Order: sequence, then structure tokens, then C-alpha cells
Amino acid sequence: MNAKRFLVWLLAASLFVGALVYVAARVIEPAALANPPRASGSLSLPDVLFFALATLAVAGAAAVALARNILHSALGLLLALLGAGGLYVYLSADFVAVAQLLIYVGGVLILVLFAIMLTSRITEVTISNTSFGLAGGVALFIAVAPVLLAVGLVAPWTTHAPGPLVPSTAAIGNGLLTRWLLPFEVASLVLLATLVGAVVIARKEIKAD
Amino acid sequence: MEPTHAIEHVLGPQAVHAVSYLWLIPALPLVGAAWNAILGWKLQQVLGKKIVHRVAVTAMALSFAVAVYAFVQLLGLPAHERFLQDTLWNLLTAGRLTVDLAFALDPLSMMMVLIITGIGTLIHVFSIGYMADEPAYWRFFSYLNLFVFAMLLLVMGDNFAVMFFGWEGVGLASYLLIAFWYTDPEKAKAGMKAFVVNRFGDFGFIAGLFLLFWALGGAWSPREGGGLRSTDYRPAAELNALVGATSAADAAALAPVVEGVKVGPTMNFRELRDQVVVEATGVKEHLATTTVWGVSLAMLVGILLFVGAMGKSAQLPLYVWLPDAMAGPTPVSALIHAATMVTAGVYMVARLNFLFALSASAMGWVALVGALTAIFSASIGFFQYDIKKVLAYSTVSQLGFMFIGVGVGAYWAGSYHLLTHAFFKACLFLGSGSVILGCHHEQDMRKMGGLAKHMPITRWTYLAACVAIAGFPLMNGFYSKDEILFKAFTSRHLGLFGTPTPWLGPAIYFVGIAAAIGTSFYMFRSYYMTFTGEYRGGSGHHDEHNVDPHSALAARASAHSHDVHADDGAAHAFGLAGNAPSHGAHELDEPPHASAPHAHGAAAPAHAAHAPHDDHGASHGQHGGTPHESPWTMTSVLVVLAAGSFLTLFLGIPTLWTHAAPLLEHWLEPAIPAEVAFEQAPHALEWAFQGIGVLAAAIGLLAARALYKDGRSEVPARLKARFEGIWTVVYNKYYVDEIYDALVVRPSTAFARLASRFDGGVIDGAVNFAGAIGRFLGRFDAWIDSTFVDGAVNLVASLTSAAGGGLRRLQTGRVQTYLYGALGGALAVVLLNFLIS
Amino acid sequence: MISLPHFLVVGALLFTFGLVTVATRRNAVGVLMGVELILNGANVNFLAFDRYVGDGLTGQVFSLFVIVLAAAEAAVGLAIVLAIFQTFRTIDVRAADLMRE
Repeated sequence: MNAKRFLVWLLAASLFVGALVYVAARVIEPAALANPPRASGSLSLPDVLFFALATLAVAGAAAVALARNILHSALGLLLALLGAGGLYVYLSADFVAVAQLLIYVGGVLILVLFAIMLTSRITEVTISNTSFGLAGGVALFIAVAPVLLAVGLVAPWTTHAPGPLVPSTAAIGNGLLTRWLLPFEVASLVLLATLVGAVVIARKEIKAD
Repeated sequence: MEPTHAIEHVLGPQAVHAVSYLWLIPALPLVGAAWNAILGWKLQQVLGKKIVHRVAVTAMALSFAVAVYAFVQLLGLPAHERFLQDTLWNLLTAGRLTVDLAFALDPLSMMMVLIITGIGTLIHVFSIGYMADEPAYWRFFSYLNLFVFAMLLLVMGDNFAVMFFGWEGVGLASYLLIAFWYTDPEKAKAGMKAFVVNRFGDFGFIAGLFLLFWALGGAWSPREGGGLRSTDYRPAAELNALVGATSAADAAALAPVVEGVKVGPTMNFRELRDQVVVEATGVKEHLATTTVWGVSLAMLVGILLFVGAMGKSAQLPLYVWLPDAMAGPTPVSALIHAATMVTAGVYMVARLNFLFALSASAMGWVALVGALTAIFSASIGFFQYDIKKVLAYSTVSQLGFMFIGVGVGAYWAGSYHLLTHAFFKACLFLGSGSVILGCHHEQDMRKMGGLAKHMPITRWTYLAACVAIAGFPLMNGFYSKDEILFKAFTSRHLGLFGTPTPWLGPAIYFVGIAAAIGTSFYMFRSYYMTFTGEYRGGSGHHDEHNVDPHSALAARASAHSHDVHADDGAAHAFGLAGNAPSHGAHELDEPPHASAPHAHGAAAPAHAAHAPHDDHGASHGQHGGTPHESPWTMTSVLVVLAAGSFLTLFLGIPTLWTHAAPLLEHWLEPAIPAEVAFEQAPHALEWAFQGIGVLAAAIGLLAARALYKDGRSEVPARLKARFEGIWTVVYNKYYVDEIYDALVVRPSTAFARLASRFDGGVIDGAVNFAGAIGRFLGRFDAWIDSTFVDGAVNLVASLTSAAGGGLRRLQTGRVQTYLYGALGGALAVVLLNFLIS
Repeated sequence: MISLPHFLVVGALLFTFGLVTVATRRNAVGVLMGVELILNGANVNFLAFDRYVGDGLTGQVFSLFVIVLAAAEAAVGLAIVLAIFQTFRTIDVRAADLMRE
């Protein structure tokens, strides 16, 4: 696997995604008339960044799906997570974005990589061929994606103007301890169970050894 | 000799006196029979034989006493009212017909009842001595009583149904008694022969009965135009309606009545008599004039009923059973085949005299057959050697005489001959029984002789009976026979097949005289061969059963009691119903027999004890083959019978001598309403005929005396050698039995075999074929089932298996496959939802 | 200019790719990565709606919980993968087909 190929692939993916978005925009143009369109002209910087982040995320997702090497998939996952995190910022979810980075990228991804290391032979990097072949995956993609896209684009969502981008940490904190106290506690319990469970599962194997 | 006398019999309905004790007369012997049948064996074991015969003889004696009582009652009634009736209950009612279990006594049946019970009692007493050795003593007496019961039913029944019950019953009893020692196949065959030949006769009887019933209007509907269902006779409109009555009273109410006589189909003798006799009812004319397929109805009925009499009374074609019936014990021969059963036919014709008198052809036929039988069997009797066979053929011949009597219309004369014959023939049979016993069960006359000094009582009574049967005026036979023959000569009423044949009467007379000569001849032949000359018997033929058991009892010779015989019975291994093997050694009736296998092994002491009599005292000292007189139980009966033969002659003293009706004719007159025309003969002719009768008897006597007295004459042997062929034919009974065997028996058995093969082949084949079809269908069904049904089932199973095998591959065990499945399913649902809604 | 549909598209695509990954990957860890993608796609949706339709807070809290649970699930899932690896000596998902037929 070479970087060149990767870059080509990335470019293709971004083009693809851009095409999709453009088409989608075109489709919902009548719907978009409800929102007063911005002055025509070039895209502002936030928009460009958005598209970059979006492309990153989607490309990474594509890499996860299509890469033959599992490590490449992991890398793609990293990109996808990063891109998603960046997008969260756009949605005024700064705490969530940071939490994503910390937990997902810093935790889950590391864990995945550990797992890959522990379970595959590093020397054999061709293990991750798709099982149903590309055909199954493409079929699935074609079956699902248009549906979701159509739903997302065609449905007349009643939106309101978004408010200013404000930090959400204090609000989330408050909420977690007042309104969503129970889910908070339950989540902590879940984490405890997960902790214990993972240890138990992993520990058993070691014992079996 | 006209039938009508000073006593006017009123030709109207019979007056009836109802009594309630008549049923006792047949019931007592029935009780005796049942008692001995059920308890006899055990009682005989425990108490000895005397209990058996005491019960049997008591039953008979009591029955006789009741009969005498009835007789006295009848005597006390005016002549035209002498009719006692005892109705027990209603047997059946169908439409206008009622059949009751009822007994009736009129003068004719009273005479018969006295004969049956009186002579029956005497024969029972005789049997005490004769059958003393028999282990199945109880069975014998039971059967004897049963026979008397059936015979009493026959004569006392007041309708055809009861009479026929008795008719068949005597046939049954006759069979049981002839085949008494049934373990001997010859005797069993004789019994069967008697029964089967009787059956032929009964068929004719029933056919005649049906015809009569029909003619009386039993199945009748009116139609114009004559033919079978002629409507010339129309006594009352009610008879033409088909009615149904369910009780006797209703039936009686429905019947039309003319001058006090109930008209219509009936089985009751009295009603039948009334209908025919009272001319106003029109039945007489109807019966006399109706023709069935061109044949006179009265003649047809008469002939058919006479066929029954032919069977029962051993007339010409159907007599063959009677000589074979001598296989039974001698008392049986005496009672059944001499005095009573064989006279049932004569009784029937006499009872139905009014019917026979309607048809000259029927009468002629009866008289002709009687005459032919008389001469035919008399001729056979000439050369027989077995004494019982001689008497058997003599019986057939005398029955022929009786039928001559009732055939020509001299009903009282035929009945009188019945009476006299009962006495002297019973005396002859019992005398022969005494002789047989005295000669130690020897029946061949060639081995007898000179018994006059050994058995005097038997000899004198036998001689008296021979005089009676031959027809000397000293004894009763002359009177009856003379009356019959004279009436035959003077009868002008006879016809044959519709044509009057006035010559038939005199022809029958001459045949009868010839038969009388023959009778006298062979009877005296038997007397001389048996009683005169020297004893030709051998060292004595012992019965097998004479062995040992008796020798132990010789010491108790003085004991008359039957305890002796009880022990003897016990030693005989009593369990069997008949110690037949020992009796099988009884002489069979074929005179030219190679001597039957008698066990001569017994020594003299055993022979001494052989005498199976109560009286061991008098004759006990005789040993070896010497004949001896019989005990008092037997000889006393002989004397009584001989005396009776003499005394009964007073019942028939001819009018010629006394210018008054003979007692018996006067007595029987109310029962014989038939009027038959006889020619008036001058008295001189009557005297002449009487003389001719005596002369015939004398000729026979002298011829027999010359040839057989003392057994000294050579003439019989020379005649036999000279006419060997004729002698052989006559001696072999004209080969009638062989002819019957070829003509009747063999075809019957061949037909039976054919029928059996038909049954086995065709019918069974058809059944098997049906079964084969079933089997084939079963196999076919099985094939269908296994091929199609099972195939369908298997097909379903294999389809399911294949489907399962195919669908199984969905289960890859991989999560991703399942994921695809779930997604695909969800998508499908969404699409469907989207498309449909 | 960037409005709700844009984010929805991104979310849809992330989700779809994640789905394809789960359906087609032979490597068990790859499957788990696909699951992460799906969750992320869902998160994007949550937040987008929260900003443009909702009250700006509920969605975020929810997304936090999603992240928490995703982490927990990834931990346990990978522990299981390790356990499977110990048993089958491979993490090829096709190997765990003991439920087959």
C-alpha cells in the first residue's frame, strides 16, 4: 500500500462526496427557498472548512469500508472521527467535539489498534478482504444510501434559525446533574459493568492460556 | 249286513261331552318316560332294575285304568252322544282356523286306547322278564312309555295337528326302539330304514292334508270361470272374504255356521266330520265333485292320505322296513309292529271313513293295495327261517287284510280285525320272544323243534294264536277275517282311477282267500317247526354277557329280586347307555347266516346264570343248551293274550248267527257315518263263505302239518330242490330291497354326492371367487397405497428435505449474513409500506 | 448556507459506510470499526438536529451518552474479539460459524 494510491483514493472519495452534496443541494433547492439564501457569491471560510471536514469524515469512512489492509481501515477511522469532531464544532457542540477527540480518538481508536496488534499477524496484512465481495457492499450501499439521503434532503424539516455558537459545557454539566441525572448515573454503572466485564473476558482467556 | 241298523245314527252335528281328565291317559306314560329318561340310570344303579319297571308299568296301568273309566263313561251315554272331549289349550289361531291341544274319545278311538293301554301294559310286564339282562333297562322302558304316549296322542288327538304329532312321535319311538342296540350297525341301519321309509309315507300324508285343507276353502278366493279356483261351491258369502282372527273366540265368531255346523277350513276331526256328514253345508258335494287337474279331489285326497298309511302300516311299496324292524327287541316288535303303531294307518282310514267314502276310486285303491300286500307278503313268509321274520311278514299280510276291510267300506270289520290282530299277533310275537329266550337267543327255526315239552305254556298259547290267525272259528281271527272277505265280495262301490270296477270286490275276495290259505300255512309251519319234533339246537348259543358276572350270582338263585340284576348291572360297567357289544351277539335276522360270533367260552355255570329271568328257581337246574320255559312274568302275559284272543270273538259274532248287529259294529257305529253300498247276498252265500274261510284255514293247517310236523318229512327239501329258482326268489323277498337299493338309494346318494360336489365346486367356488376378488382388490389397493400414497408422502418429505437443505444454507453462522438479512427485510418492509400506502 | 441537510448528508454517508463495513468486513475488528462509524453518523445527526431543530442542549447530552456507550461497547467488543481469537486462533468472522445450519 502506497501513499500515492491513498491520495488518489482520497481525491476520488471527496469528489464523489462533493458531487453528492451538490446534487442534494440541487434537489432541495425549492425547500431551501424557505431559508433566505445568503448572498450569492463565493463560499465563506466556514463553509469551505465545513466541506473539508465533511470530506475528511466521509473519506475516512470510505477507507474504513473499502481498505483491504486493516491498518488502513484504522487510519480511515481516525480521519472519520476527526472529521466528525470538527463538524461538531460547527454545531456549537464544543464539549462533545472535545469529548469525541479524547474518547474516541484517544481511547477507542487506541483500543482498536491494540486489538489489531494483538490479533492479527502484523506480517500478514491482507487478511481483511471483504467477505461478500465488493458486489455485496455496493448493493448494500446503493440500497441504503439513497433512502437515507432522500429522507434527509427531501423531508420538509421545520428548522429554526440556529442561535449563536455558544460554549455548552456549563449547560451540559448542569443538565447532567439535574435533568439527566439518572441517565448519567446509569451510564456510570454501564461503564463500571463494561470495565468489569472486559476485564473478566480478557482475564479468562489469559487464564485459559 | 247293512250298515244301518235299528240304532239310528243321527246324521247331524256330533254331540260332545266335555270332560277334563282325558289328558291323563297320554300324560301318565309321558311322565313315566320322562322319569325313566332323567332318573332311570341313577335309580337303576342305586335301587336296581325293579324301580324302573315299577314306574313304567305303574304308569301304563294307571293310564289303562283311566281309559277304562272313560270307557265306562262312554257306555253310560246314549249311542249318538258318545263323544268325550277334553280341550287343554289353544295351540294356534290363524284366520278362521283354530288348532287346540285337545283330546277326544269316540267309540273308535276308545277301542284303540283300550288296546294300546291294555296290551301295552301286558307287554311292559312281559318286558320285565325279557329284558332283565339288559343294562340299559331304564332306556328301554323310557322309550316304551314314550312310544305309548305318542301312540295315544295319535289316536286321541281331536285334530290333525295333534294326530300328526303322535304320528311322527311313534315313528321316532319306533326308530329309537328298533335301533335300541345301536352299537350294532345293522340294527342302527334297520332303525334308519324304518324312519326313512316312514318319511316317504308321511310326505304323502301331508300332501293329502294340504289338499284337503285347501279344498275346504283354506286358500280360496272366488273367481268366475271355474278352473282350479272354482266357484261352484259357495256356502256362504262370508267364506269368500279374507278375514283374520287373533283368538280362538274371534275365529269361531267369524266362521259361517250352517245348521249348527261350523263351515270352513278346519283341522278338527269332529268339525270335518260334521261338515261332510251334514249335507246341507254342501261340503260333501263340493269334495265329491271338485276336480284337480282333471282328477277327482276326493280320490286324490284319499290316495295321498293312504300313502301315509302305506308308510306307517307297511303296505306294498313301503313295507320293506317292517321285516328289518325285527332287529329290535321282541317286546318292541310285539307292541309296535304288531299291535299298535302299524295299525295307525288303519285307524286313520277308519277315522276318515266319511272322506274315503266320497270316492270310490280311493276306496278301490286302498282295498287293492291291501289285497296285493296280503298275498305278496304271505308268499314271502312261506320260506323264511327266522321266526320273527315269519311273524313280520305275517303282520304285513294281516295289515293288508285290515286295509281290504276299510277299503271296501267295511270300516267296523277292518277295525275289528285290528283288535283281534292285536291280541293274537302280540301273543305270537311274545310267544316267539319266549321261544327265543328259551333257546338262548336263537331265532332260526331250523335250530328249534321239540320245544313243546320244554315250554308248554308257550306252546299252548302259541298254538291258540295260530288257530286265531289261521281263521278257525274257535278264536277271534275267523270272525274278523270272514267279515272282511265277505264284505269285499259283496262290495259294488269300488272303482279305480275314476272308473267303477264292480269286479274288484270279488277279485279281492279270491286274493284274500288265497292269502288266508297262505297265512294258515306258514303260521302252522312255524308252529310245527318250532314246537314239534326233536330239538335241533346246538350246545346252546350264549350271549357274551353271560360270562362271569352271572356265575358269581348263581348261588343266589333263589333270589327273585332284581337286586341280582342290579349287581349284575353294576358288573356290566354301567356307564354306557347300552351294553350293546354284548347284545351285538344277538342273532341277526338273516337265517342263512354263518353262525354269528357267539362266545361259547362260558362254561356251564355261566350258562346257568345266563337265564336273565327273575325266576331262577324252577328252571335253574338246567344247564347246557336245553331250552327252558320262561318266567311267570312272561308266560302269564301269554296266557292273558291267548285268553283275550278267545274272548274278543264275542265282539264280532256275525249277524247271520244272531240276527243282530255284532257288538263291535254296534259300538263303532256312531264313529262311522259313512254309508257304503253293499250288495245284498243271500244267507246261503254267507254260510258258504264262512265255510270256505274255515276250509282255507284247514287246507293251510293240513299242508303245514304234512310238511313240517315233527320235521320228519322230506317233501320240503325235495320241493325246494326242485323249484330252486322260485324258492330262491321268494326266499330273498323277491329282491325288493335290492331293487329299492338300486332304484332309490343309490340314485339318492349319487345325487347327494353330486349336490355335494356342486356345493363344493360351484358354491364354494363362487364364494372363493368373491374372496379372490377381494384379495385382488386388496393387493391393488396396496399397490396404489404404496406407490401413490406413500409416494406422495415421501415426495412431500423429500421436498421438505430439499427445501430444508436449500434453506439451511441461509444459516451460515456468520453475523454479517444475518445482518444482510435483517436489513434486506427491513428495506423490503419499508418499500412495501411506501408502495402500498 | 450550511444548514441541516448538509449535516444530514454527512451523517447518512457515515452511517452507510459504517453499515457497509459491518456487512462486508472479514476482520472482526474491522466490523467493530464499522460500528463506531455508525455511531458517529448517528451522533452527527443528533447534533445537527439539536442545533437546527432542537433546543441546543438535549442533543448534545445525548451525543455524550452515545460516545460513552460507544466506548464501553468498543471495550467489551474488543475483549470478546480477543476471546474469540484465543478460541479460534483467528478473527476472521467467517470462522465463528458454529451456529451454522
